[in-house]
Amino acid sequence: MSDQAYGRIFKDGLWEQNVVFAQMLALCPTMAVTTSGTNGLGMGLASTVVLVVSNMLVAMIRHTVSSQVRIPVFVVLIATLVTIVDMAMNAWLHELYKVLGLFIALIVVNCAILGRAEAYAVKNGVWVSALDGIAMGLGFTAALTLIGLIRELLGAGTLFAQASQLLGPSFAFLEVQVPDYGGALLMILPPGGFAVLGFLLAGKRLLDQRLAARAAALPMADVASA
Amino acid sequence: MNSHVLTAQPVASPHAHGGNSVGRTMFRVQWALLPATLFGFWLYGWPSFFMWLLTVAACVGFEALALKLMGAPRIKASLLDGSALLTGWLLALTLPPWAPWWVPVLGGFIAIIIGKQVFGGVGQNVFNPAMVARVALLVSFPVPLTWWVHPLPGGGLPAPDVVEGLRIFLTSLPVPDAMTSASLLGHAKTEMARGIDLLHSLGGESSRLQSWFGVRAGSFGESATLLILAGGLYLIACRIISWHTPLAVLAGVALPAAIAHGIDPARFLAPETHLLSGALMLGAFFIATDYVTSPNTALGQLIFGLGVGFVTWVIRSFGAYPEGMAFAVLLMNALTPVIDRFIKPRILGRDRQGKPLDIPEGQGA
Repeated sequence: MSDQAYGRIFKDGLWEQNVVFAQMLALCPTMAVTTSGTNGLGMGLASTVVLVVSNMLVAMIRHTVSSQVRIPVFVVLIATLVTIVDMAMNAWLHELYKVLGLFIALIVVNCAILGRAEAYAVKNGVWVSALDGIAMGLGFTAALTLIGLIRELLGAGTLFAQASQLLGPSFAFLEVQVPDYGGALLMILPPGGFAVLGFLLAGKRLLDQRLAARAAALPMADVASA
Repeated sequence: MNSHVLTAQPVASPHAHGGNSVGRTMFRVQWALLPATLFGFWLYGWPSFFMWLLTVAACVGFEALALKLMGAPRIKASLLDGSALLTGWLLALTLPPWAPWWVPVLGGFIAIIIGKQVFGGVGQNVFNPAMVARVALLVSFPVPLTWWVHPLPGGGLPAPDVVEGLRIFLTSLPVPDAMTSASLLGHAKTEMARGIDLLHSLGGESSRLQSWFGVRAGSFGESATLLILAGGLYLIACRIISWHTPLAVLAGVALPAAIAHGIDPARFLAPETHLLSGALMLGAFFIATDYVTSPNTALGQLIFGLGVGFVTWVIRSFGAYPEGMAFAVLLMNALTPVIDRFIKPRILGRDRQGKPLDIPEGQGA
């Protein structure tokens, strides 16, 4: 497969088919965990791990499983993976598990994972499916972290609170506290999540429109070569 | 017919026009709010005037910004219809009189951008913009939003002059405790939580008389019950609003309050206390009657009003917040499309189910 195709996978995952901002999937964990940047980052990374492995497994068994029973098989596969991640985190990353604990199990109901299995892994090879998982997972992580940071900043006046618990003591420098700002509680509550997501979506659409307008304004020769 | 004969621009019927417009309706509502607002200025002094001014300015400013960003045509005409001005005015009336400067600015942003323009501007919003902002501010900043300053002419403290008022407004320093007091509903709720029943925590009849004249702690413009009532009756008299919604709201509070008070006066406030407290009058006449967010039919408005009143009473009596008017209005706003779906206005020549009326033989054309 050419470099261009690999570039396409990452471009789709990070921007054009971004799980949250373009596909609008996985809104349940997005709303639930993005009360802080750290939570968003942790959830995004855990989901990425599950997504990559599930994509690879689905791609491996795609010729063996008949299409009539594929959905239950994929669900069982994903549920198993989530349980493994859940137990592994509890065992080896216990501090992180205490922060994210409840939400790790929520990865099972993350539509994005079944969505990628259905939309991509079942039609493509193991290697590109893994890449797709990485790209989609990173896009998801970036979206969650961004929403989490905005909500945390407006709602609690901090940035990356408890990041050292997630990433280790050497990342304590990330933790920022805005002085003299108590925070607007509403942004931590669900309405704040929807408001932030709405404004970010509008921003992305606006940016896409501007880019499209600029591309359309280019001479035809440039477009043809691109 | 030759095409050049037709010079006038054809206009859709009806061709006779009463001269009414969005701007005129908004202006009349503002006219009706004026007495209570002026009284509020007198009661709370210069800081409340700055608060009102900035709330209105913020709403109009954010309206202009949103219209410009959206590339709307006729921005000036849209601004001059006064709907943003009225939203700001209503919001100011529900804020604490000595709120610091950032409360009006943030409130204007939430009301106009999130409460109104995101849904498509005037006439498109699901929720009452002023109440959206009021609730968002209350949930986000419980402490500054419950600084009830004791009314100055009655409180015996010297009123701040212009400079002092501006300083209070801009520095957002905590108001000295001597100048603040709890609102009646808040007082009743805290005393109840401490185990003191209402018979002991509320002393005397003077509070009721004070409520009529508005010399009590509370939001900037909600306290002068008599003046708000007068404004509301003026609106009914010039047919800006119908009597259905306000009456239903008042009944929705008074009926359950009367029943509960009759059963256990130590736990439930009297209906007249409910009617004269908090934002009830303002809400019944000026907020629940918003055309956009309330049902279209008389019966629908009665149901809507009763719902607003009842939910207000439930929140006041059992909820965590002492006052529930804003929450009740938002809740019923959300139900308005459902009410409108089940209770539709009758179409001329058809019955309520939409079937053509039977015209007896021989009487038809």
